[in-house]
Amino acid sequence: MSLFQSVMGWVDARFPATKMFEDHMSKYYAPKNFNFWYFFGSLALLVLVNQLLTGIWLTMLYNPSGEGAFASVELNMMRDVDYGWLLRYLHSTGATAFFVVVYLHMFRGMLYGSYRAPRELVWIFGMTIYLALMAEAFMGYLLPWGQMSYWGAQVIISLFGAVPVFGDAIMEWIRGDYLISGITLNRFFALHVVALPIVILALVLMHIIALHEVGSNNPDGIEIKKLKDENGVPLDGIPFHPYYSVHDLVGIVVFLFVFLTVVFFFPEGGGYFLEKPNFEPANPLKTPDHIAPVWYFTPFYAILRAVPDKLFGVIAMGASIAVLFVLPWLDRSPVKSIRYKGWVSKVMLGLFVVAFVILGICGVKQPDLHVGFLPFEITYRALGQICTVFYFAYFILMPVWTSIETCKPVPERVRMAH
Amino acid sequence: MNKVFLSVIVLCLPLLAEAAGGGNNEYIVHAPINLDDKVSLQRGAQIFVNNCLGCHSAQYMRYGRVAEDLGIPPEIMRENMMFTTDRIGDTMHTAMPGDLGKKWFGVVPPDLTLVARVRGEDWLYSYLTNFYEDESRPWGVNNHVFPDVAMPHVLSNMEMELGEDKFNEAMADLTNYMVYMAEPIRAERERLGVYVLIFLAVLAVPVYFLNKEYWKDIH
Repeated sequence: MSLFQSVMGWVDARFPATKMFEDHMSKYYAPKNFNFWYFFGSLALLVLVNQLLTGIWLTMLYNPSGEGAFASVELNMMRDVDYGWLLRYLHSTGATAFFVVVYLHMFRGMLYGSYRAPRELVWIFGMTIYLALMAEAFMGYLLPWGQMSYWGAQVIISLFGAVPVFGDAIMEWIRGDYLISGITLNRFFALHVVALPIVILALVLMHIIALHEVGSNNPDGIEIKKLKDENGVPLDGIPFHPYYSVHDLVGIVVFLFVFLTVVFFFPEGGGYFLEKPNFEPANPLKTPDHIAPVWYFTPFYAILRAVPDKLFGVIAMGASIAVLFVLPWLDRSPVKSIRYKGWVSKVMLGLFVVAFVILGICGVKQPDLHVGFLPFEITYRALGQICTVFYFAYFILMPVWTSIETCKPVPERVRMAH
Repeated sequence: MNKVFLSVIVLCLPLLAEAAGGGNNEYIVHAPINLDDKVSLQRGAQIFVNNCLGCHSAQYMRYGRVAEDLGIPPEIMRENMMFTTDRIGDTMHTAMPGDLGKKWFGVVPPDLTLVARVRGEDWLYSYLTNFYEDESRPWGVNNHVFPDVAMPHVLSNMEMELGEDKFNEAMADLTNYMVYMAEPIRAERERLGVYVLIFLAVLAVPVYFLNKEYWKDIH
């Protein structure tokens, strides 16, 4: 017996190390027909690790006070400490990458019906991660204490003021002050670096445990566990390790190439990843000309602004995220994957993506501006309203078209993409 | 289904291009900056400390860092560029005491460390080269890029002495320096980035073949 085996034997008698590795890696059977869209789960994990590691080191350089925060970013991180700039750009670009990867990951779920039974909890844990991620990103954005940090937080916190009767009290409770101040900064710092990362890590664990309990879906939406060989291994399944570990390595290298191109050559992302006014310290007496949230919040911001009434706008924005949670029960189709759904599903999903992107653009534009890229005259406000209506119609009407459209027959075995 | 994706992507591209565009002032021209031109950066630094630091600060930038990055020996830096302090580790504070700025100009002159990132390099260069006479303003000058700006045309003597072309060159040097100051690491990060991407491109080869080797029997 080798030294490694005897050490592992000793450990395994006391802790299920080998069993856990087998359950989740070497004997976790994943469908063999994963395509491009299946890279984004492991990439989300990679970005999470990036955020945690760079975040820990940034915490060492950061000063969470109204007087010191901006200088600690611009003097300590960006100028004094060797490679502090790299940690900061990895973290700021990482936030953008996290949302890119998570949006594509969610789209994959919508494409192949990965939220359908028995994976409803996988989807709900995932949606909860997304919600926690939004809170995490919002609080993190206050920390550099630039103009956009300050006024962006001002806008978002003021949304709670729409609550009848208790609005002002809730806003004061969140800020811990009569206006956003160093006190607000301190609590956001605590939540950003301690509370929410713990919540996100716990949810990620639950997301993966639930997934490995029911098994992964695939582009054909076929349950591979239905057909097994004499050893109980799914006929269309392959061990996650080594097949998908080496496969995901390819995705990771390609992802890093794109990600690090942004980090090293376009860290500001044209003013969309690091907004220009944020290079100016927070000034409660000077409102920026144009307050726009960071790009990943803009679709929901556009929905908020589409409704003329503040309270109903906030409700619409909340509902636009809440409706995603019940997606597993809105889709009544007999098939999971878009490959076998009817043309209505295909067209609607395509239009949904277009509407979501347009909402994202409306969220960064002044509502009264005229849209330049369309052949007819329309303001961004009106365009945002049309897309908001479509956004909700997509979900509300989904039970109708999915129950009546004609689907194609689903094959017994998965098809390999070649 | 791939056709649907393709059409979605094609539909979305012009939208994203639309989002990237922004309003523009007709006076804004391209700034001819080159962060590898140390001589230009040194000239720009000189103009900056001689003319701008009188009223503005650059409180997130240390003299020592400027000296090191631009290849200026510390003694020369101390003698010619540092007027408010002898310590090379100090940040660049203004010579103007406290609230005088507010009294003289109506506003406190803003800190300039990051102004090139707030406004953009083209804006900055165009601003510096677009002052014009306007008797209706308190200082007798106005600016095409920043209408009714509170700042007088501090460099008007320089503009008259040098003539338009030479003055524009000097302003390019100043802009170059201020772009450097807004992000001192920029040239270094782009240099490093090339090596990082080359490393990843090389790493992609064994990773690709490792994957191919494992997957050759999966059909």
